[in-house]
Amino acid sequence: MSYLTRGPRRGIGSKANTAGRRRDERNITSTVTEVAVMTGVSMPSRRRFMVGAAGFSFGVVVGVPPILKLAAGEARAAAAKQIVMSPWVTLSTDGTVAIMSPAAEMGQGSLTSLPLILADEMDADWAQVRIVPAPPNDKIYGNPLFGGLQYTAGSASVTGYFNNLRQFGAQVRWVLMDNAARHWGVPLAELTTEPSVVAHQKSGRRLTYGEIAAFATIPETAPQVVVEPVSKAQFRLIGKDVRRVDVPGKVNGTAQYSIDVQVPGMIYGAILREPMEGAAPDKIDDTAARAVEGVMKIVPLKYGVGVLADTPWAAFKAKNALKVTWSRSARGWGFSNEKGYEMFAAAAKDLQRKGVAWEVKGDPLAAMKKAVTVFEGEYRADYAYHAQMEPLNSVAAVAPAGNAVEIWCGSQSQTIAVTAVAKALGIPENHVKFNGMLLGGGFGRRGNRDVEFIVDSALMSKAAGRPVKVMWTREDDVHSGRFRPLYVNRIRAGLDESGKIIAWHHRVVCDRVLAFMDPVRFKTAKGRDNIAMRGTELPTYDIPDRMSEGLQEDTGMRTAPLRAIGVGQNSFATEVFIDELAVKRGMDPVQFRLQLLKNAPRARHVVEEVARMADWSRKRPGRGLGLAYLDYSGTQLAGVAEVSVDRQTGAIKVHHFWCAIDAGVAVQPDNVVAQTESSIVYGLGLALMERITIDNGAVQQSNFYDYQVPRMRDLPEIHIKLIQTPNHPTGAGQMATPLVPTAIANAVFQLTGVRLRQQPLLPERVKQALLEGAARSA
Amino acid sequence: MGQMITTTLTVNGKRHTVSALPDTPLLWVLREHLKLTGTKYGCGVGQCGACTVHIDGKPNYACLNPIKDLEGRSVTTIEGLSPDSSHPLQKAWIAEQVPQCGYCQSGQIMRAAGLLKENPQPSRQEILDYMQSNLCRCGTYVRIARAIERAAKEGAV
Repeated sequence: MSYLTRGPRRGIGSKANTAGRRRDERNITSTVTEVAVMTGVSMPSRRRFMVGAAGFSFGVVVGVPPILKLAAGEARAAAAKQIVMSPWVTLSTDGTVAIMSPAAEMGQGSLTSLPLILADEMDADWAQVRIVPAPPNDKIYGNPLFGGLQYTAGSASVTGYFNNLRQFGAQVRWVLMDNAARHWGVPLAELTTEPSVVAHQKSGRRLTYGEIAAFATIPETAPQVVVEPVSKAQFRLIGKDVRRVDVPGKVNGTAQYSIDVQVPGMIYGAILREPMEGAAPDKIDDTAARAVEGVMKIVPLKYGVGVLADTPWAAFKAKNALKVTWSRSARGWGFSNEKGYEMFAAAAKDLQRKGVAWEVKGDPLAAMKKAVTVFEGEYRADYAYHAQMEPLNSVAAVAPAGNAVEIWCGSQSQTIAVTAVAKALGIPENHVKFNGMLLGGGFGRRGNRDVEFIVDSALMSKAAGRPVKVMWTREDDVHSGRFRPLYVNRIRAGLDESGKIIAWHHRVVCDRVLAFMDPVRFKTAKGRDNIAMRGTELPTYDIPDRMSEGLQEDTGMRTAPLRAIGVGQNSFATEVFIDELAVKRGMDPVQFRLQLLKNAPRARHVVEEVARMADWSRKRPGRGLGLAYLDYSGTQLAGVAEVSVDRQTGAIKVHHFWCAIDAGVAVQPDNVVAQTESSIVYGLGLALMERITIDNGAVQQSNFYDYQVPRMRDLPEIHIKLIQTPNHPTGAGQMATPLVPTAIANAVFQLTGVRLRQQPLLPERVKQALLEGAARSA
Repeated sequence: MGQMITTTLTVNGKRHTVSALPDTPLLWVLREHLKLTGTKYGCGVGQCGACTVHIDGKPNYACLNPIKDLEGRSVTTIEGLSPDSSHPLQKAWIAEQVPQCGYCQSGQIMRAAGLLKENPQPSRQEILDYMQSNLCRCGTYVRIARAIERAAKEGAV
């Protein structure tokens, strides 16, 4: 196989499998409604497609993306013909290349970066690319990393779709070259491409992709084209910082989120929700609610009481005026953070209680018996709230007959939304028309299997007999939040006489997450709680005999993945404990990590790099430095925090945060940096201030005045070094978040000699720890 | 209780007469009556700044201003900041690739426009202090500060 080179690209070293019959030229005129790119696509597919191992069916109509009708000037576009190259690419004779983007856009930038990967391999002229959000269809647009579910989470979009998108792009390019070769009667091997042009150097002839579209025949079966391995030199778009396509609409107010949707005849809904899962309304007094001007109907629901009104304000006022007593049947009654800690800490300590194994390597229990010394540490974390800036909401229009619905929503999974709504209304899935909107933040809150915030509007529209926008107030969003669980982590490490760690045993006790947020995936995972347990595995540290196990409890509390999922707490436990072990060994924390990472060169590199950036060994009066290292789904990261502590109040101030990150090939390097900045700021909130408390089963916080998140003045100086390596790209959307609490806690230790073992590192906790530390040394 | 009232106000240079409950926040009048959805709902209590607009030329929370107090007053929203995204802040926001989810950014830009109007060459600390009222959960603060510095340098506001 000869590999391709770029600029101009030479021939094609591929084995074509085009044995299937070729189709005649087909020009498809768009008949679907015109929808601007950011408002999403509303085309439920009516056919299922076979996706072979080698790729996918070619030339199958999913529908011409409506954006093409708007592209490049109305008149020219109207005269242009469109040809569907594949379910991913539609080419127009005016040169426009429409590429599907399969993921939900919630700020992470994959609306741009995924089509960019395909465009790069297709050698499309980026200026002529129009991006179209893909319709719900797991079989075509599913993420291989989620078993083919069209699900945007885990910072897994680029890493999960990367190989397939390159393959699809290469196939389209091959088909275009093959058409040009037959058109000119020359061997395909003599052809090259430049952005959106096929060229025959020998004769000097050139055809644009748009010109080829006018006569192209599309094979029924996907050609097998060999894609070059990842190597930076060959890319035209990858690694070049193409500007995000969603940004222009986000600086002038035109970007459309579901909360912005208005459809003719639409009214408004608000729902007073049960104070905890399973607490149904018992008695409803709606006298005051009905008296609010503009209220149209009160809708009793299984999980609360809905209000329909002609304005949002009337709906909110009426909701607040409802008086409801709730059934006492819910599991969560009587629960509190304190009870949770008590219960979880006892379970963590009781080794007779076996957990569900997560990572087991070697024979850790036998190795533990050989240990000369065994150290233990216990770490805790409170519930934490997503606080995405757009409160949950959705719009639905149920057909008068009740047998079909159109929905507008921001969901981390297009197909989950369709399934949940169909189920709630008792209608077939192909009677649900889905409009995917931009998400005003997701962070894990919008990917639950029951998508209750989307089902809301479907039920309310059905009750209203007309379109309804249901909005949650911020208070609803907090009170009915689905949180990062309460955690107690307990780690035991066995050391031999030389001080080397020879055994590692990490027990995680927390609320169940996967079983609650996605029972379907929980079943497939055979009872292993991927969300709660991630981050306990230690693939890079030189500890051959190790295990982690989970004891997940159903306390009745609502939980969800939250940015950095279990890694946020599990790596806090691991890395603070490692720091403690370094101290016990009398070793420098950087040197201790480097010793543990002796077999992991990429990991060593980020640690060495961040130590260099922070000038690690330089002492700063009144300030402390702390280190955290992390392997997060293959992405290598290390962070250093520089802090000071107000000993009167216990308040921690973070002055600097340095981070080195290696996520392999960076498709959009500046965006990887932006995501890392974002992850650090998010981590700062989780580290220092964010805490949900439960009392008698109910959430105690309500809004941003009692659930604080980072503001501008909390910002440390952030220094990021992106290390680009020719490895398969791995995640970047949340990876740095867990570094922050860990590095801060370790820095506070360096400064004060006091260990902080509970997130968030609240001033009162720091103060208490300082007092206890002083008492011990007195 | 209730009783709809009629209010005439100027929004982005155009006079509008709206009918609403007197305590209806300007936010909902802008979004649902006038379909100016660039101004966002985030908290409803003046804690997040997503609804920041200019009232009589000064940044203010649309969620805290009831329509009954807005008779004859002048409101500018993100849609009225410039007709074509040509305001120096909007250009700087694109140059620095500030937005992520983007939901808070209308409010951020309107707040920043208020800052540069009062103080065309703010120091970094002045930027952080003035922008303290506006939350961004994606944590784009680093770039917001950089974009404001760029706009102050490049644009005659």
